[in-house]
Amino acid sequence: MDKIQQTLLEQIADLHTVPEGAYNIRANGALAGRNTTANIDIVTKEDKPGIDIIIKPGTKNESVHIPVVLSQSGLKDMVYNDFYVGEDADITIVAGCGIHNCGVDTSEHDGIHTFYLEKNAKVRYIEKHYGEGEGTGKRVLNPTTVIHVGEGAYLEMITVQIKGVDSTVRNTSGDLAAGATLVVKEKIMTHGTQYAETNFSVDMNGGGCSASVSSRSVAKDKSVQCFQSIINGNAPCSGHTECDAIIMDEAKVTAKPELTANHIDASLIHEAAIGKIAGEQLIKLMTLGLTEKEAEEQIINGFLK
Amino acid sequence: MLELRNISYQVEDNQLDILKNINLTIDERFVAITGPNGGGKSTLAKIIAGIVSPTSGQILLDGEDITNCNITERAKKGIGYAFQQPVKFKGITVRDLITLASGKQIGITEACNYLAEVGLCAKDYINREVNDSLSGGELKRIEIAMTIARGAKFTIFDEPEAGIDLWSFNNLIQVFEDMYQKINGSILIISHQERILNIADKIIVVADGRITQTGTREEVLPGLLNTSSAACKTLMEKLV
Repeated sequence: MDKIQQTLLEQIADLHTVPEGAYNIRANGALAGRNTTANIDIVTKEDKPGIDIIIKPGTKNESVHIPVVLSQSGLKDMVYNDFYVGEDADITIVAGCGIHNCGVDTSEHDGIHTFYLEKNAKVRYIEKHYGEGEGTGKRVLNPTTVIHVGEGAYLEMITVQIKGVDSTVRNTSGDLAAGATLVVKEKIMTHGTQYAETNFSVDMNGGGCSASVSSRSVAKDKSVQCFQSIINGNAPCSGHTECDAIIMDEAKVTAKPELTANHIDASLIHEAAIGKIAGEQLIKLMTLGLTEKEAEEQIINGFLK
Repeated sequence: MLELRNISYQVEDNQLDILKNINLTIDERFVAITGPNGGGKSTLAKIIAGIVSPTSGQILLDGEDITNCNITERAKKGIGYAFQQPVKFKGITVRDLITLASGKQIGITEACNYLAEVGLCAKDYINREVNDSLSGGELKRIEIAMTIARGAKFTIFDEPEAGIDLWSFNNLIQVFEDMYQKINGSILIISHQERILNIADKIIVVADGRITQTGTREEVLPGLLNTSSAACKTLMEKLV
């Protein structure tokens, strides 16, 4: 693995060396390293690019890292990763993709991740996206995530895209069984002429399940963001979706909530707020001695923290 | 020392004079401004901090003309300002704000000390976000802790008692009494509270955009207490 790829790995997975536990590192469309443990197996798919990650029932306090790095300009990479999480397992999964594009051609990674959580399984899933490179070639990431949360299971998904991705369309869908919980927290910052689209769709099918989908974003320069969140309450359940965006310069942000209650005991809430940084926040920090620009940075850093 | 020379402020839209030719010198340790609501007190405070630009007049800090300095420059020259309505943020913690206010990297112990000074149990608050989850009284105390952390040579407090419950208020008085003992510069406090006015070296009464009275608390306070609310006859009749 070269220096560029190592930098990308640090950005997306905070990895300085090979991680502890199970991992699968994909670099420029090929396998660059893999480790399995007694409880976590990683198997290459035979019918299409990608891997199956199989976590045994009852696995506790283990982690799986599956970062992807692209440093070859013009490469279009597509993978299917399926996660099978056994009953009562409690694990952390760190995914993410970093693109370094120094050429003129578009580099693209499309990852399709499917999660199958068995009864009472608990997963914390962290996904970071990052792009860099001095070339004019576009850096494109289109992640698709499909989540099946079994009875009493819990999945928390944290997605972060802070820098350097020219275009992203994120599609996330989920279905929840009885007593299941899905928590999604998204953080996005776009600048230049970047485009970021997020589409969430959650079906709450089991009694007593709950879902919370929240997005915090900052749109700078001429970037465009679109956030769509669909929650269908098909059983006694509670659903919450929230979009909170700071808009700057000539950026555009759209928030499209869609709540459907198909059951009398479905309780669904949507909150959305889009606006520029409040003037009084800037003034407050300036009275502490910060310049307007420094104040702006502090407010955005805090907002996306 | 802060000096205001012929400060006037007019709202352009309807030619309304908010402040009319204010002349003022402050070099005492603790000065209180009081007077009826809408009289121009908060505007005066904002003009000193650079948040509002006066229509005419000059502001001098230790003899230096700071009239054309912006908010940041004035803050760096030593003006501190505690808002009447503390500003809320998303994601910024109490610790972040106190660190920014102190202007340097401070340890958690030091940050906690500032909170302890305003009667907040530091471990409960230091990592809290400064957002809607905090009550008005809590926000107000954090606002005051920030000004203590700044240690500016000229600090303005705009109605620190506003929005604070009675229990918190008693503690607040204590905070200002302590601050009076420790301060290395001047405090200018806008207040309606007799107990705050009682610890002031000088009291300035601002009404209808003018300074109507200036003097020591012995000179000003008795008159104020007798004539309070006299401006509104109907209100007084209702109260009696």
